[in-house]
Amino acid sequence: MAFDYEKYLRMERMPHMWCPGCGIGIVVKAMLRAIEKMGWSQDDVAVVSGIGCTSRTPGYLDFNTLHTTHGRALAFATGLKLARPDKHVIVISGDGDAAAIGGNHFLHACRRNIDITLIVVNNYIYGMTGGQASPTTPFGMRASTAPYGAVDPAMDICQVAIAAGATYVARGTVAQGLLLERYILNGLKHKGFSVIEAMSDCPVQYGRRNRMSSAVEMIQWIRDHGVPVTRAKELPPEELEGKFVTGELHVAERPEYTEEYRRLIEKAQKAAEGAHG
Amino acid sequence: MAETRVQEGKAAGAVEQPSPGKSLPRIEVIADFCKGCEICVVMCPRNVLEMRADPSRWVGSVVAVVRPEACTRCMLCEVHCPDFAIKVF
Ligand code: SF4
Ligand code: SF4
Ligand code: SF4
Repeated sequence: MAFDYEKYLRMERMPHMWCPGCGIGIVVKAMLRAIEKMGWSQDDVAVVSGIGCTSRTPGYLDFNTLHTTHGRALAFATGLKLARPDKHVIVISGDGDAAAIGGNHFLHACRRNIDITLIVVNNYIYGMTGGQASPTTPFGMRASTAPYGAVDPAMDICQVAIAAGATYVARGTVAQGLLLERYILNGLKHKGFSVIEAMSDCPVQYGRRNRMSSAVEMIQWIRDHGVPVTRAKELPPEELEGKFVTGELHVAERPEYTEEYRRLIEKAQKAAEGAHG
Repeated sequence: MAETRVQEGKAAGAVEQPSPGKSLPRIEVIADFCKGCEICVVMCPRNVLEMRADPSRWVGSVVAVVRPEACTRCMLCEVHCPDFAIKVF
């Protein structure tokens, strides 16, 4: 049965501005279905973004929404979550926003294990600002700033998240929207910092520079380059060359930041009472 | 046979169902939202959908429902439409 996306959309702003076939819409839909499954009231959810094509998302959504500065979405979201730990805070970022300009915030949000869900739409490029190479542009692929192919090895956002201390890390794709929904749902359920990377297509800025000018070609490329984690474990490293691993990559339990902070405040208050008593 | 139609308006209006085929799938396309990307067409495992040229639209085409009776309501078209433009009931 058709899902009622309209419930969560600011219909007066539709249709959205994303290019034909851009995968961001597929990720947003997966996120909305996951939120519906959580049964949360729209007033208890906050969606925060920075700058970029992906960061236009909150403008279309009927939640508490915050569209912030480039790369700083996690910093704003951290403040919001600390002030209102009862709210469900979701950050949606692109790869440039999360891994380059906001890379530092990303590391520290992982380290703190704050109960926020970060969805990174990784389409390998800066879409909005003109197709510049991002930290995830694969080696040898073209961008406006890498006309002969990127020489920088690509960053693996999920591996960085795991190393930095995130406690739920998964990677899905826009070619498998239902699986992506499941990972986002598990990320929302998880207490602590969750990172869901969604491999997505930007046919306009990335695809057309890399011989995939249509969204369909790009989505097929994404489908063919993802290797489920269970299969990846059995493959020699050379067979994973140029591929990416999908699935739930890391789940752990660690003290959560807002709770630790509350305990610290209580401890400080007790100490102060003692000093005055 | 399932009833289908390409909607012209933005809002999903009421669509009458033929009474005997209550449980047959109904596929609605919100034409104003469709950007002609073709993703739903390749996602559909049953070849229910097809692109139709439409020079009146800036994107040049719009999706059409051509084999509604083959639809299994797998929802793959709806899940993967980036533009909130196709709905399966
Ligand atoms: S430029 Fe790329 S990422 Fe931005 S809306 Fe267009 S297709 Fe999507
Ligand atoms: S619901 Fe499934 S079978 Fe029916 S049109 Fe959509 S993709 Fe095809
Ligand atoms: S996926 Fe959506 S926007 Fe693309 S052709 Fe199908 S209905 Fe139109």
